[in-house]
Amino acid sequence: MSVIDNDISQQLQAKVLQAISTGNSLTIKAGGSKDFYGRKVSADSVLSLAQHQGIISYEPTELVIKARAGTPLKDIQQALAENRQMLAFEPPVYNEKTTLGGTLAGNFSGPRRPYTGAARDYVLGTTIINGKAELLSFGGEVMKNVAGYDVSRLMTGALGTLGVIMDASIKVVPMPEAEITLVQSITITEALAKLHQWSGLPLPISASCFYQNRLYIRLSGIEKAINNAGQLIGGEQLNNAHEFWRSICNQTHPFFQSQHALWRFSLASNTPALSLTGDMLYEWGGALRWLKSDLSSQEIRCNDLLLNGHTTLYCSNAQRDAVFQALPAPLLALHRRLKQAFDPHGIFNIGRMYAEF
Amino acid sequence: MSHTSIEGVNRQQLIQQLQDVLPADAILSQPEDLRPYECDALSAYRQMPLIVVLPDTTEQVQSILRLCHKINLPIVARGAGTGLSGGALPNENGLLLSLAKLNSIIAINSELRTARVQPGVRNLAISQAVAQFDLFYAPDPSSQIACTIGGNVAENSGGVHCLKYGLTVHNIQQIKIISIAGDLITIGSTGLDCPGYDLLALMTGSEGMLGVIVEVTVKLLPKPECAQTLLAAFDDISKAGTAVADIISAGIIPAGLEMMDKLAVQAVEDFVHAGYPVDAAAILLCELDGSEIEVATHTDAVRELLNNSGATEVRTAKDAQQGLTFWKGRKAAFPAVGRISPDYYCMDGTIPRKNLARVLQTMAEMSQQNGLAIANVFHAGDGNLHPLILYDANIPGELKRAEEFGAQILELCIAVGGTITGEHGVGMEKLNQMCVQFETIELAQFHAIKAAFDPKALLNPGKAVPSLHRCAEFGAMHVHQGKLTHPELERF
Repeated sequence: MSVIDNDISQQLQAKVLQAISTGNSLTIKAGGSKDFYGRKVSADSVLSLAQHQGIISYEPTELVIKARAGTPLKDIQQALAENRQMLAFEPPVYNEKTTLGGTLAGNFSGPRRPYTGAARDYVLGTTIINGKAELLSFGGEVMKNVAGYDVSRLMTGALGTLGVIMDASIKVVPMPEAEITLVQSITITEALAKLHQWSGLPLPISASCFYQNRLYIRLSGIEKAINNAGQLIGGEQLNNAHEFWRSICNQTHPFFQSQHALWRFSLASNTPALSLTGDMLYEWGGALRWLKSDLSSQEIRCNDLLLNGHTTLYCSNAQRDAVFQALPAPLLALHRRLKQAFDPHGIFNIGRMYAEF
Repeated sequence: MSHTSIEGVNRQQLIQQLQDVLPADAILSQPEDLRPYECDALSAYRQMPLIVVLPDTTEQVQSILRLCHKINLPIVARGAGTGLSGGALPNENGLLLSLAKLNSIIAINSELRTARVQPGVRNLAISQAVAQFDLFYAPDPSSQIACTIGGNVAENSGGVHCLKYGLTVHNIQQIKIISIAGDLITIGSTGLDCPGYDLLALMTGSEGMLGVIVEVTVKLLPKPECAQTLLAAFDDISKAGTAVADIISAGIIPAGLEMMDKLAVQAVEDFVHAGYPVDAAAILLCELDGSEIEVATHTDAVRELLNNSGATEVRTAKDAQQGLTFWKGRKAAFPAVGRISPDYYCMDGTIPRKNLARVLQTMAEMSQQNGLAIANVFHAGDGNLHPLILYDANIPGELKRAEEFGAQILELCIAVGGTITGEHGVGMEKLNQMCVQFETIELAQFHAIKAAFDPKALLNPGKAVPSLHRCAEFGAMHVHQGKLTHPELERF
């Protein structure tokens, strides 16, 4: 496998320095596969991480891979697969250009998330450029590390508003020996009840999805163990399971192909079924719900059941303003002060998360 | 002492101000009442606080913090005081805020598998309370009988099972904190993520520097169907290290994977009679859990791997009782070492596993040079070392030598790509080593984070992140490979 090994830290640092001196703002971009996500940024120029590529180190027995932000996820997945390892959080690969940096910046995690953890759970360390153009390292390549504040996880999900993720060390896990997916026809109310019953038992569930009255459950582990668990769960075995989960994870499933706005609800998993006009797909044992709908932001966000979590306007051709749910005042104030602590000149991705910063 | 004044506030006046917001019995000011709070479990550092406050409601905590904020009074939060890095060491001019009375389990949600608890609830009490639902709270620091969840979050505590189940940061969902200005802020969500920055991660392990935790919602896991423990003996500690890598390479993640060296094994065997092979250079304990089939399959695989990696003996627990006996020794390792030495100093570095043999060899050489023995107990699966340096505080100079030896070990951990603290925190103890692990610009970024939460630097001042001046002074004494660690700073 030929993976590009290209360190352009110094050029990037110089560009940030230049932005400081000219008073220009920057939008951080690598593969651009997630340009649709978040609020629109109207920055003076683009800081491109696309060329900052390469796996810096990977030692399978240490369960850690360290790679530059612009490294395509597919390269990382391939390197891991050669050693029968994987990224536990099963991140979406929207296209060939989807990178590690973008994945971490949005804390993007796939079907395995409720069972094994999110991207942020597997980040062990990062190198960043802050808004003073300083190159800083936090965390490291070891599993346990409590020296200093956890800046690596703070950067994960910050949408590049605090600084530029340059590289990251990620904990990896062994691939399961075997997997099966079972499907059953069932109502949403029955499905949510079953999902909660199963989640209280030590079962090897690694993904769940409900769409159009069909509940899909993936089991991962030792063959005999998943077969036993499968008998308890019941349902028909799905043949093209790998393709199915990939289509859910990477959002190539027909549900996601639409001109309607796509809403993401992250809720307490036992929240009852929502009655909102539109098509709905459930993941994460009921904790993640997607709605395709033309309802207005106001009509959606006033639903009482959504108080059990938060809503995101994930993808929309029209409105891109209030993408993320508003923060309570003291929390918003804290966010502003943190932004100031990392990016005092207000250079990076201004407005990508919230209009205020 | 009663005339001590801070920023114009007389101690007696301060007591009166506290009486306005707290019941009389929640304020301790007599020396004999303050004495139990003068140190945490790192007793080499001691300091009497000005006053101790013991609120029993969140509102009282808010009032106390508002008062501190108003009169610029330092405040140090404390749970059970089991911390090993001096993180709860009082400030001589400040309040010591004990959260011990906030000790209720507010709600258990067996359907969502969460428990909402106050910070003073003991770690083990959570698992005990949820056992009726066949659930447990995974992080299990060795002090779990006594340590509290608030302190666990503040330190990002681990334990023997974090190789498989993660640290505190992986096992909490939401917290409520009181800011230094007295605001109640909810961080996290009832879902699996939340809008905005990951402040839950930032707060976890922040050592009481950013806010006071008044509530924690922990995630609970279903109890595994069964567990099995294997014990392997090795005549060479590096073979034990290889065995650890072999198990991981085989795609098996044990629930726990622990190592002890000869001195630790002998001390433990004399103490608890667990039947350990006392002539072994090292022993490994490997716990596997999951479904019966999974455990049976992995037990066979691990036994074979251990034999192939040169174990002189591999035992598989015949039943749960014998499994507990295998673990009994590991869990008693610290008190066992306490029996063979008047004092010991427990270190907490983490290293990449591949460097284990090299680090052990170097530590053995350092031990000879320093004239102090060490017993080694590790969370081998995640490379977290707990070398116990044996010394006698009654021999003049030995404590100082032990501390110097400890510092050398931590710097060795950094040199091989590891960290100075895996789970005990920086506290007061490892401030100097923070200067070695981080560059000035990184420490400055930490200070900027601190200022974003606590601009007046009143929360646990002087802990966790060293001042840049301190690093300059330390660097002046401490030249690495001919290079000053912080060349950009003035020396004085």
